[in-house]
Amino acid sequence: MNTMAQTYRYIGKATPRRDGVRVVTGGALFVDDLDFDNLLYGKVLRSPHPHAIIKKIDSGRAQRLDGIKAVLTWKNIPDWKFGNPRIFRLLDRKVRYTGDAVALVAGESAEIADEASRLIEVDYEVLPAVFDDYEALRPGAPRLYDELPGNVLPPGDPFLGPTPLTQIVAGDVEKGLLEADFIVEGKCGYDNIPNPMPIESPRAVALWEEAGAGRDRVTVWVSNQAPYLMKLILSSIFGGRVEVRVIGGPCGGSFGSKIMSWRPICFAVALSKTTRRPVKVVYSKEEHLAAFVLRPASRLDIKVGMKRDGTVTAIAGDWLIGTGSHSQTTQAQVAVGCGEAMIAVRCKNWNVKPTIVCTNRAPSGIVRGFGGQELKCALFPILSRCMAELEIDPVDFIKKNFVKPGEGYLWRDGRWYDYRGIDFSQMMDKGAEVFGWKGKWKGWLKPTAVEGSKRTGVGVGVHGNADIGEDVSEAYVRLDGDGRALVYSCLAEHGTGQKNNAVKAAAEVLQIPLESVSITPGDTMITPFEFGPFGSRGTYAILTAVIKAAEEARKKLFELAAPLLGSDVSDLDTADGVIWVKANPEKRIRWQRVLFQRTILGHGRFEPDYSLSNCLMTFVEMEVDADTGKIGLLRVVNATDVGRIIDPQGLRGQLNGCLGTAGIDSAIFEETIVDPSTGRMLNANMIDYKWRTSCDLPPIENVVLETPFPTHRFHAAGVGEITTSAGPSAVLMAASNAVGVWLDSYPVTPDKVLKAVRNQELRIKKNEDISPL
Amino acid sequence: MTEETIESQRAAGYNEKIDLVVNARHYVLNIGYGPGEVDPAHTLSFTLRDTLGLKGVKVSCDRGACGACTVLLDGKAVPSCMLLTIECGGKEITTIEGLRDEKTGSLDPVQQSFIDHGVFQCGFCTPGMIMSAKALLDENPSPTHEEIREALSGNFCRCISHYQAVEAVSALSSRGR
Repeated sequence: MNTMAQTYRYIGKATPRRDGVRVVTGGALFVDDLDFDNLLYGKVLRSPHPHAIIKKIDSGRAQRLDGIKAVLTWKNIPDWKFGNPRIFRLLDRKVRYTGDAVALVAGESAEIADEASRLIEVDYEVLPAVFDDYEALRPGAPRLYDELPGNVLPPGDPFLGPTPLTQIVAGDVEKGLLEADFIVEGKCGYDNIPNPMPIESPRAVALWEEAGAGRDRVTVWVSNQAPYLMKLILSSIFGGRVEVRVIGGPCGGSFGSKIMSWRPICFAVALSKTTRRPVKVVYSKEEHLAAFVLRPASRLDIKVGMKRDGTVTAIAGDWLIGTGSHSQTTQAQVAVGCGEAMIAVRCKNWNVKPTIVCTNRAPSGIVRGFGGQELKCALFPILSRCMAELEIDPVDFIKKNFVKPGEGYLWRDGRWYDYRGIDFSQMMDKGAEVFGWKGKWKGWLKPTAVEGSKRTGVGVGVHGNADIGEDVSEAYVRLDGDGRALVYSCLAEHGTGQKNNAVKAAAEVLQIPLESVSITPGDTMITPFEFGPFGSRGTYAILTAVIKAAEEARKKLFELAAPLLGSDVSDLDTADGVIWVKANPEKRIRWQRVLFQRTILGHGRFEPDYSLSNCLMTFVEMEVDADTGKIGLLRVVNATDVGRIIDPQGLRGQLNGCLGTAGIDSAIFEETIVDPSTGRMLNANMIDYKWRTSCDLPPIENVVLETPFPTHRFHAAGVGEITTSAGPSAVLMAASNAVGVWLDSYPVTPDKVLKAVRNQELRIKKNEDISPL
Repeated sequence: MTEETIESQRAAGYNEKIDLVVNARHYVLNIGYGPGEVDPAHTLSFTLRDTLGLKGVKVSCDRGACGACTVLLDGKAVPSCMLLTIECGGKEITTIEGLRDEKTGSLDPVQQSFIDHGVFQCGFCTPGMIMSAKALLDENPSPTHEEIREALSGNFCRCISHYQAVEAVSALSSRGR
């Protein structure tokens, strides 16, 4: 590794986003903004029933409508299957949720396609449906798939390796419970299905062409953060005879969700395969919210043993994950969630058994937090009961139990990893100090302040993920004769500034002006493999590939320059397009001369490393009005340690993102409301699905420490994903403390607050009645 | 106007037209059902994007809730998905494409301030938010933080860049004082 001074030319400096002018002038072209000749518009006919067999489907009238070029139903659609297990069809004879796809139409305009879809006559045999995750497990419950007895998905994601993590089993739970000073048995759910709701709905354009020599080629223009992964997903669906090219431009937000766009993408592909014209499918906001993937529901029913000093002696019980009609990734989310629980809570004795169940609601997919947020939001309220009984301060508990060097955890591949990251204790102290925790924490179920009916309370949550080094990234860096560098990386800008950071990293290694570095589009025909910015892997994994590619290019450049300068490679240094001999800077040569009629290509590859975790702690102060139930977020302090800040503006954006995208607000007001009799989503629009406006922004302070991560070139690690994850359980804690009653149902809406307050009043009254002093 | 009326008028050689001034350019568009014509059912956002090719006008909820499609209509910020184009005859419309100085190429101060303060992440909501900010500053050159928050409250930003947006607009506000 090249040793580098601790001062950087670009790393850690605010550098304006390269796409800035395009974004602020309307010139950033998202998928729906691209121009195509001969474009057709695809529309989806959706099921009004949550569970039904399509007895008859007649598309004759739709097909005869002027301007209609294709109508596809389960009878004539390619039999492409997806999911884990691979049993989910693009269109099936059976529909499994209200809003499930029934037929596809391609027309010369969106209006014509829409009109045609309404002319398709469908005769349904309506079947009994099941929406509740526990109900779906009962004998005799409506069964969604012949392949899934009991509606239970098989555990384990083969993508994660031969022995994927499917549960947390370690030590001896019985023994652990005997060692406990207090045991609590509790249930808690993070099952309100908050929607990540990126502003831009899922969409894609596809073009299917004959590529000659019996091959077919399909090009798709996607809106998601990982074009190369999308190519792999699509190739696995279409089979090897089809050449798949994926182009990813700007993406109007994803928060994990849009990588599960295989269905809208395949709708466009199937229609293009039929028509041999480019086809665009754009989901309406209603389709986005009601018929696209959602966050899995999480319900925990466990026993926890704890000692007076905060040592957790045992955690055992069941974790039920409701995945809706289907999923590709829920098993992987369970694996990562289990590992993240072990990172956050040191415990020798575990026996947590997950079960993934299908119901007749919209399918599940990836959402920021990826299993860990789902599990931990349910786990921490139960741990809190134990802490309360033993009068343990939750900050002390988190500090004691979050993973430290020398400890370890099981990770998603089922293997044990010894943790070799940094100790986050200092950051936790700093966060608590900035928040003023010591002054505000009055004990469990005790408000920080009471003024009339208004009561304030504080809470804290933590999250860490060993995904910062997950999966593989590759990049090339090309040096050109004009003194410029080109980064080849399959990135699509989805809001984190990742493309900017890739350019910055290359410029830092090569010591050339930022303006001299370009980056390719996220186009799988051009770039090497890139898993994509999932979790928080952007800094540690993605940038490492870019850094290594730049370093290799630099080395090759020196190998060419050394004979010209009559020196050894190790004696050379470079900056601003000039190479010189370190001992004699007068001996120098310009890149242009070295690279006359020549290019250099460096290749960088990042191999997965699961031995490191990031960490984020969120402190919140809530105000609750005991008379009206109104609940408000007064203040947020996030504390984290990122090793080294790469991009201060981007980091601030990620940290402030803790509110929406199904973060803190998923504990206050965000939820998906499903009609329990029809399975129809009642708030599938942006007026009834509540979101925080700029009028209601609490002060956020972000405490960012920079304790070097020794194994990264710039000593940095990302925290992008986890900023939403620590907050929700902190909100429950703060609201409970404010009111003086346990609130453990997400979100803490005014009706729940009022109910809890009244129950408490009744209880007090009753106690007074029966036990007069 | 019904489809039949338009058809009969067409047959009589008469074409109903609509006048719009968009980004200081005068457009005369036919009302009708053909390509490039304004269907009476077309929203202003559709006409701006699909008929005039102004793709900086973003559409997200298409129901007036998210503000992504905000444009200036006679100087006021409006969600263009909630207006029918045929209602906008004779109106002056400014979209994000119309803010930059056409001659010098320089950005509008609001655009520049959004870059300087790093106001966007994914950037999809940005054009709409800039238009709301522009309307505010045109009407009130020195808004308070509260007034800025209020003016931007109709602009959904899921990445949460509102904190930086308030700073960006506020920086211009103090300049105006």
